[in-house]
Amino acid sequence: MKVTVTVNGAEYVRDVEPRLLLIHLLRDELGLTGSHWGCDTSNCGACVVWLDETPVKSCTVLAVMADGRQVMTVEGLGSSTSLDPVQQGFAQCHGLQCGFCTPGMMLTARWLLNRNPDPSAAEVREAISGQICRCTGYENIVRAVLWAAKNGGTG
Amino acid sequence: MQVPAQVEYEKATSVRHALTLLARYGSAARVLAGGHSLIPMMKLRLAQPEVLIDINGITDLCYVNLTGAQLRIGTLTRHAQLLESQIAGEHFAILHDAERVIADPIVRNWGTVGGSLCQADPSEDLSAAFAAMKATMVIQGPDGSREVSAREFHTGPYETVVGPAELLTEIKLPIRPGGGSGYQKVSRRTGDWPVGAAGAAVWLSGDTIADAGIGLTAVGATHFAAAEAEEYLRDRTATEQTLARAGDIAAENCRPVTDQRGPADYKRHLARELTTRALRLAVARARGQAA
Repeated sequence: MKVTVTVNGAEYVRDVEPRLLLIHLLRDELGLTGSHWGCDTSNCGACVVWLDETPVKSCTVLAVMADGRQVMTVEGLGSSTSLDPVQQGFAQCHGLQCGFCTPGMMLTARWLLNRNPDPSAAEVREAISGQICRCTGYENIVRAVLWAAKNGGTG
Repeated sequence: MQVPAQVEYEKATSVRHALTLLARYGSAARVLAGGHSLIPMMKLRLAQPEVLIDINGITDLCYVNLTGAQLRIGTLTRHAQLLESQIAGEHFAILHDAERVIADPIVRNWGTVGGSLCQADPSEDLSAAFAAMKATMVIQGPDGSREVSAREFHTGPYETVVGPAELLTEIKLPIRPGGGSGYQKVSRRTGDWPVGAAGAAVWLSGDTIADAGIGLTAVGATHFAAAEAEEYLRDRTATEQTLARAGDIAAENCRPVTDQRGPADYKRHLARELTTRALRLAVARARGQAA
């Protein structure tokens, strides 16, 4: 089935099986490997991307469901010359170690800050509560998001 | 790696179109809303539809509004939308209580109210909330629309009265004076299914409970409700002792089973304790003593 998806502002047309998951369209068909493929059960949040206006777990969305919609992946955050404040926050506050959860965490952080430019630590924790990090104990991720809120906010 | 089996795909553009597609494919088809229950089931081969009918384009079914003395919720409403709806929270605090503990914010962005109900997982939260609120489900089919009460909606685990050619389109909640509601859940970790959960609604006339609704999930309650406890409460004074007794009755009349989420006796304990706590919260809210 033919799908037309706009990813990070660029339109892609691909012929896919209806059963293809969005995460595999992004990684395997479009070569956008910034989104990570983790638990496959919508628990870990490594595959979080934006579908239209909100982050979703792309292991639990079919690529055909994204037909005619906008997707944003971590590759669409900031640019090669200017990092998004969220990316800067993760760098400043050591918000990652292995990096596996990071793309999903940053996309959720950007969504949170767009809606709530000055969140409390508890609100950050709530926002990322569907995403698992096995390195940081979350502490530095929360610091990174709060840093971004104070230093650039909506980016 | 988990992927669904091969499947055909149709995109419905309206309720009428969805019904035409459902009539064409019958029980070979499944309706695809948010997919956050169905796609995991397909990955595990617990669901093997031949055709998916995607209703995500039917934005007419995404709404939460007040019509007369009823709150109406379109079935394609995302969990996040229901949680953000001020009128839903104002009239039915139970809905916000429950939505706050359904999965996580990202899942709630795409998972839908109707999808959760039609998946009919015996541990599903909104089923208990709607049972407590004595909601009405609106189902459309080839011969028009019909309404069933929340308590007739489920016919068993993962089974509902929605026929193969039908679509659940709306949930209606009656707004009655003196009402208050609340939801209490215990789960193993944030975002998980409940070990046990209870929703309660009361409608007070002075200090007297004119009517009560109690929903239970994950504890083997018939139709997600504690009918005997509701009967006990009717026309009694809302005292701590009365609410505790209703909790006892709710626990006596459910049939929890031991599974990976906990032993049956612990779940029965939760049915008792959470029913009482939910009632306490509902009464406090009905009296304007709790947010």
